Amino acid sequence: MNPHQTDHSGGGDTHQVRTSDEQDAASRQRRGISRRGVLAGSGIAALGLGAGAVGGYSLGGNRATTAADVMALSYPFRGEHQQGILTPQQQQMHTAAFDLVTDSRDDLIALLTEWTTAAENLTQGALVGQPRANREVPPDDTGETTDMGPAGLSITFGFGASLFETPSGKDRYGLASKRPANLLHAVPRMAGEKLDPSTCNGDLIVQACAEDPMVAMHAIHNLTRIAFGRASVRWGQLGYGRTSSTSKGQKTARNLFGFKDGTASLKGEDSQQLLTDNLWIQPGDPAGKYFAGGAYMGVRKISMFMEVWDELSLAEQERIVGRDKLEGAPLSGQREHDAPDFAAKDGDGRLAIDAGSHLAVVHPSHNGGARMLRRGYNFMEGNDPLGRLRGGLFFIAFGRDPHRNFISILSKMVGDAMTEYLQHTGSGLFICPPGLKPGEGFVGEAIF
Amino acid sequence: MKKTTLATAMTLMAAGMVSGCVANNPAPPAAGTGSPSAGGPLAVTISDDGCDVATAAVPSGRVTFSLVNQGTVKNEFEILADDRLRIVGERENLGPGTTTEYAVVLEPGTYFTACKKNMVGPLVGAKQFTVSDSGRAVEVSQDERQLRDQAVTAYKAYVRDQVGQLTAATAAFVTAYKAGDTAKAKQLYPTARQHYERIEPTAEAFGIKEAGDLDVALDQREVDYQAAGTTSREWSGWHVLEKDLWRPSGYQGLSQAEGVKVADKLSADTKTLYGLVYSDDFTVNLDDISNGAIGLLEEVATSKITGEEEAFSHTDLWDFQANVEGAKVAFGNVEKLAEKKDPELTQQLKTRFAAMQAELDTFKHGEGFVFYDKVSDAQRKTLSNQVNALRRPLAKLTGAILA
Repeated sequence: MNPHQTDHSGGGDTHQVRTSDEQDAASRQRRGISRRGVLAGSGIAALGLGAGAVGGYSLGGNRATTAADVMALSYPFRGEHQQGILTPQQQQMHTAAFDLVTDSRDDLIALLTEWTTAAENLTQGALVGQPRANREVPPDDTGETTDMGPAGLSITFGFGASLFETPSGKDRYGLASKRPANLLHAVPRMAGEKLDPSTCNGDLIVQACAEDPMVAMHAIHNLTRIAFGRASVRWGQLGYGRTSSTSKGQKTARNLFGFKDGTASLKGEDSQQLLTDNLWIQPGDPAGKYFAGGAYMGVRKISMFMEVWDELSLAEQERIVGRDKLEGAPLSGQREHDAPDFAAKDGDGRLAIDAGSHLAVVHPSHNGGARMLRRGYNFMEGNDPLGRLRGGLFFIAFGRDPHRNFISILSKMVGDAMTEYLQHTGSGLFICPPGLKPGEGFVGEAIF
Repeated sequence: MKKTTLATAMTLMAAGMVSGCVANNPAPPAAGTGSPSAGGPLAVTISDDGCDVATAAVPSGRVTFSLVNQGTVKNEFEILADDRLRIVGERENLGPGTTTEYAVVLEPGTYFTACKKNMVGPLVGAKQFTVSDSGRAVEVSQDERQLRDQAVTAYKAYVRDQVGQLTAATAAFVTAYKAGDTAKAKQLYPTARQHYERIEPTAEAFGIKEAGDLDVALDQREVDYQAAGTTSREWSGWHVLEKDLWRPSGYQGLSQAEGVKVADKLSADTKTLYGLVYSDDFTVNLDDISNGAIGLLEEVATSKITGEEEAFSHTDLWDFQANVEGAKVAFGNVEKLAEKKDPELTQQLKTRFAAMQAELDTFKHGEGFVFYDKVSDAQRKTLSNQVNALRRPLAKLTGAILA
């Protein structure tokens, strides 16, 4: 799709756009580098403009913002935290949950080791194995992204409660004692949900995000293939178009209701204190022994009744969200990032921000200051028998404590005016181990 | 659906403080408007079980009725549009033994006259009433303020009328249910509910103001009750009894005591609704009427079209019909105003309401409709297409009439 191929053989060309070393919030802070400066000068800036560039638009003569830059973008696989969490959110996603089909601890370790190797290769723009190793056997890599570049690919691994022990208490891999106390087998029942058990939970989850859909799908395609005999896909989800931003260099994206989503989400530029408090599991936490530097990952597949929403008056849509539709400003303010004033009155003496609005219900000031890092994607997958589009939001949130940063906020949405236009159909809760340090063999090694 | 809940609840509170009540007599003819009907006032003889108008046909223009209540209790006289739902004019609180003159300007068309004993329950003595073209132009007010007031007055009367009928129909249903007459209760269930489904957005407006959410108490579906995850409140209302009457396999049903408790609460909650809409505080805003119409179609598009509303009885098409009727009445109440502001939109809405009804008519069966589990996916899609065709222009109605 791109005539300007980049050499992925590991040359310096690729490294130029690896802005990457600055990825890690902690190291940024220590070195005191201006985040904005770094972003603007390199590939991440291109990322924000990537969609436009691919579409062939002229972007004011900034030659750095070409499609090739986006395709060549890569993020380091190893670090204090896993990639794909604070990594500036890419435009495309393919996430899959897997169930193990083996009771062997060795098989599980082998799988995680092979996945780790493959993920490290793929995210650095290499293939899985050598393309022409042996003509008498099938190639290691399925091949569909050959010559395309890493396209900002990140691969993030997480473990479900059932990996540690099955809901009935069976300890298949000798991991039961390592299960974090607040890693539940399922998110408690919520308002407006109609869950399909076959698209919920799972032993393992792999989130692949990239600036190109083929690259994300290729990653899951190959990891699925590697897993044969040890794990099989339980459910998968494609996401087209991020609905959040994890960097202040990115514009806040919009959901299928046309509103900016996740304005108050945690971002890479946030203070270390804020990220410590809300995002990363700390050594003293219940899960701290094995998962410090990791994060909980909550997912919800949320169908959105667009056909109903679209015919609501603009005033009603804005009342429900609590923000104005174009700018995304709280109805008490002017600009998107203005702090909402929940006591402000409108011209008629009513609360400017309805107490039942989505903004009022989920805002950190009404949730004990709890924040989450949202990393969701829009999806659109055909239509139902009535001709209604099957679309919605694949909600992904990362946080330090699943109750405080995710479940308690979501459960408050019972009283959220937006809830009647939504239906939750999928759900899952996972814990993502910390990043791999140099020399470590596979993700999650500490629990073995 | 609770879309309009807050705005309307606010309106209710504010209006209650400001205005005592809107005039009960819609379309007060401006001085010199129309022309007196020949031969003086038309005598209407009202009894506890009758409602006789001296003549069933009059020429268009100003029509004066002389209402004589020969019955033993309070009564009400109504003039309804040809759908027998939209109220064109009414006079309430006719005490026994009193005579009252009541004047209204009527355009050519087919109407129904009826009375309502105690201002509750079904129409009594409903008869067709034809207004022929007198050749004298019936002057329709061009005064917007007046058109708005008329719309509000008529819609309020309509809501009260439906809630009054709901109260009586619910009582009959509850009686049959409690007596163990399952066949009769099943027969009464869908038609009693229609009175509620016609005015549901108004009932929902009471959700926040009252201690208990009235719409949730009356009409919550089991899936929504389960989804709400409430343990402090028992599932109540119509659908509990629906499930008991049409028991899904494996469901044991309610014990007699449980059933009586649910049925009694349904009656009590319905009476609460009646008290609320008949209180002096009850009023609606102009945009509540058009938004109510939109809300009703939204109901159709979300829960009726999928068959989720009547999960056990499959009487969704009765609700569907009632929602469409409610929307059409609301539209009818603001039609004059809409025509003045946006004639093209008004014409489109009339056409699409007619097409919607024509489609629904193909599912009529006997006195009612076919059960929704017998409606194929392809047929549901056709219905859905028609609903969407109507929803698009209807969503513009509020903007048009407030412009």
